Amino acid sequence: MREASPKPQAEHSSWTLSIRRLLARNLPLSNLLPDRQPVYVGSWVYIFGVLAIAGLIWIIGSGVLLAFFGPQWWHESNIGRFVNSLHLWSVQVFFVFMVLHLWGQYFMAGWRDGRAPTWMIGVVIFAFSIAAAFTGFVSQQNFAGEWIAVNAKDATNSFGIGSLFNVLNFGQMYGIHVVLLPLLLATLLGIHLVLVRMRGVVRPIGLKRAAPPSDEERPS
Amino acid sequence: MDTPATYLSWNFILISVPNLLMIAGMIVVFVAALLAPFPSHGEAAEPEDGNDA
Amino acid sequence: MNAADRQAKYYAGIKMIHFDLVKEMVLALFVVSLVVVGLAGVLSSPDDPAVTLQTWATKDPVDFVTTATSELAGTSGTAGYGPPYNNTADVAQAIGPISPQSLAGVRIPIDPAQDFVLKPLGFAAVGNPTISTALQTYAAASSDQQQTWLTSYTDALGNATVANDEVSVASGDYGPVPDLMTGLLGLARTGALDGLLLSNGNLFQTDFTKPLLFLGDGNYLPNLAAAQHLTGDQWGMMNETGMYPGQTWLWAFSFWYQFPPFNGPADILGQQIDWSANTDLIVIILMIVLTTLLALVPFIPILRDIPRWVPIHRLIWRKYYRNS
Repeated sequence: MREASPKPQAEHSSWTLSIRRLLARNLPLSNLLPDRQPVYVGSWVYIFGVLAIAGLIWIIGSGVLLAFFGPQWWHESNIGRFVNSLHLWSVQVFFVFMVLHLWGQYFMAGWRDGRAPTWMIGVVIFAFSIAAAFTGFVSQQNFAGEWIAVNAKDATNSFGIGSLFNVLNFGQMYGIHVVLLPLLLATLLGIHLVLVRMRGVVRPIGLKRAAPPSDEERPS
Repeated sequence: MDTPATYLSWNFILISVPNLLMIAGMIVVFVAALLAPFPSHGEAAEPEDGNDA
Repeated sequence: MNAADRQAKYYAGIKMIHFDLVKEMVLALFVVSLVVVGLAGVLSSPDDPAVTLQTWATKDPVDFVTTATSELAGTSGTAGYGPPYNNTADVAQAIGPISPQSLAGVRIPIDPAQDFVLKPLGFAAVGNPTISTALQTYAAASSDQQQTWLTSYTDALGNATVANDEVSVASGDYGPVPDLMTGLLGLARTGALDGLLLSNGNLFQTDFTKPLLFLGDGNYLPNLAAAQHLTGDQWGMMNETGMYPGQTWLWAFSFWYQFPPFNGPADILGQQIDWSANTDLIVIILMIVLTTLLALVPFIPILRDIPRWVPIHRLIWRKYYRNS
C-alpha cells in the first residue's frame, strides 16, 4: 500500500516512522520487484549476474550439507564425495559467471549515473569470493590443500598477518570459510542487489538525457 | 580424471589444458552472449508508478 | 522525489517492456542445476590424500632424515624463517625500510630443534635406552660439538643408502645424531610423530602449523607438487591436481611469480634488479593496488572511458540504437 504523503506533524517524531518512510521512498516494492524493464535490457549479457547467483545458491546448498556431516565426510563416503563435487563445480560456475558479469558491466560502463557504489561493492564481493574460495581450498585436508597452505603462508607472513590469519590452522580457516565469509558475502550481495533495484538498469552509452538531472532528481 | 593434466607452454606462460578450456569457454560464452539474438518480449508497458505494490 | 518517480524520470522516453525477474531467476537456477549436477556426476572432484610425516618417512626416508637433521642444526627453512616463527636476523621480507613481517613479530614461536626433533624423541625415549642415551649425550655436548656432528652427518647423508628401513651413511664421527635420527624416523614411520607434532597438551586439535612447517622444509612434498605443476613458478596457485580446472581467477596473482625480477635477477636499464627475496610482499602489495584500482574504475580517467571507445556496447544495445 502506498504511503500517503507525510502530513506536517512537527510534534510527533518516530525513528520507526522515519525508517519506514526512508524505505518507502527509496525502495518501494515496485522497485524491488519490478515487472517491467527498459527495452534495452534485451541482451544475453544481462543474465550473467543471475547465473552467478544461481551458482552461489548451489555453493551454499552443497556447503550446508558438507558442513552438516563434517569435514571428514567427503573423504569417507561416496555421497559425500558427490556433494563435494557439487560444491567444486558450483564454485567454478559461480566464478565463471561472476567474471562474465564483470566483463559485461565494464563494457557497458555500468557505474554511470550514480551507480559507482554498486560497481565498488561488486569488486569487494569479487575479492571476498576469492578469499572464500581460498579458505575452502585449504580446508580440504588433502594434498592440494596442504600444499597450497604451506605456500600461501609465505604471502600472509610477508604481509605481517600470518599469525592473525594462519593458513596452517585448519580450525581457523574452516570456521572463516563456513561461517564468517558466507555471512559477509551474503550481506554484501544483498546490498549490491538492493542498489541495483533502487537505481534500475543503467541507460545505454551515448543516450542523450531529456534534461540534466537536478539535485532533487539525483538518487540519494 | 586423477592423472596429471597436460600443460601447454609459451614463453613464461604455462597453462593446463583444463584451465585453458575454461578460459577459452568463457570467451566463447561472452562473444555468444553479445551476438546471439535475444527473444523480443513484444508488448510495451507503462513505467511503474509504484501504485500496484 | 521518491525512487519510483526517479526511475520514471530516468526512463522517460524509453519504451518499457514486461520482464519477469523471478521467472528469470528460476530458469537460471534450473540451467545451473543441470550443469552443476551433470559435471559433478560425470567428472567428480579431486582428492589426492594428504602427505603425512608417516608417508614421507616411509617413501623417502633419506629426505626425511636430512630435513630432520637440518631442523636440529637450525639450517632448515623454518629455523631461518624469521617472524612469526622466530627472530632470525635480516630474513624478513621488506620493501626498503618497510617490513610488515618484522613489525608483526614472533607470534607463533617455533623452535624446530626442540619442537620437531628433541621433544618428540623425549616421548620415544621412555623404555628405549638407545634413544634416551643419545638424548643425554646430545644435551650434554657443547653447541659447537653438536654443530660439528650435525654438519658431518649432513654431508654424509648426501651419499646415504636405505636398507631394512634404515638410513645408512658412511662411517664417521656423528656422535649420537644417527641414533636420534633413527629414533625419529621410527616415530614417523609408525604415525606417532604426526600425532605428537599436533599435540599441545589438549585432547582436541585443529592447528596443523607444526607438522605442515616440518613437511614444507623437506624436498618430498615440493617434488610431488612440482610433478603436478603446483609450485609457485609453475603458475601453481592457479592449478589443481589431476585433470581438473583450478582457480583460473588467480591468474593475475600467479602471473608475477613467473618472470624476473620477481623470480630472479633481471637486467633493467643496465641495473641488476632481483626482487626474489621479497617477492611475496611485493606481489601482495601489487595485487592490493590493482584490486583497489579496479574498484575505483568509475573515477579513473581512460580506464572509465575505454567502454565508450570499444564498441562492445554497440553490440549489446544494437537493437536499441537502431530503433531510437
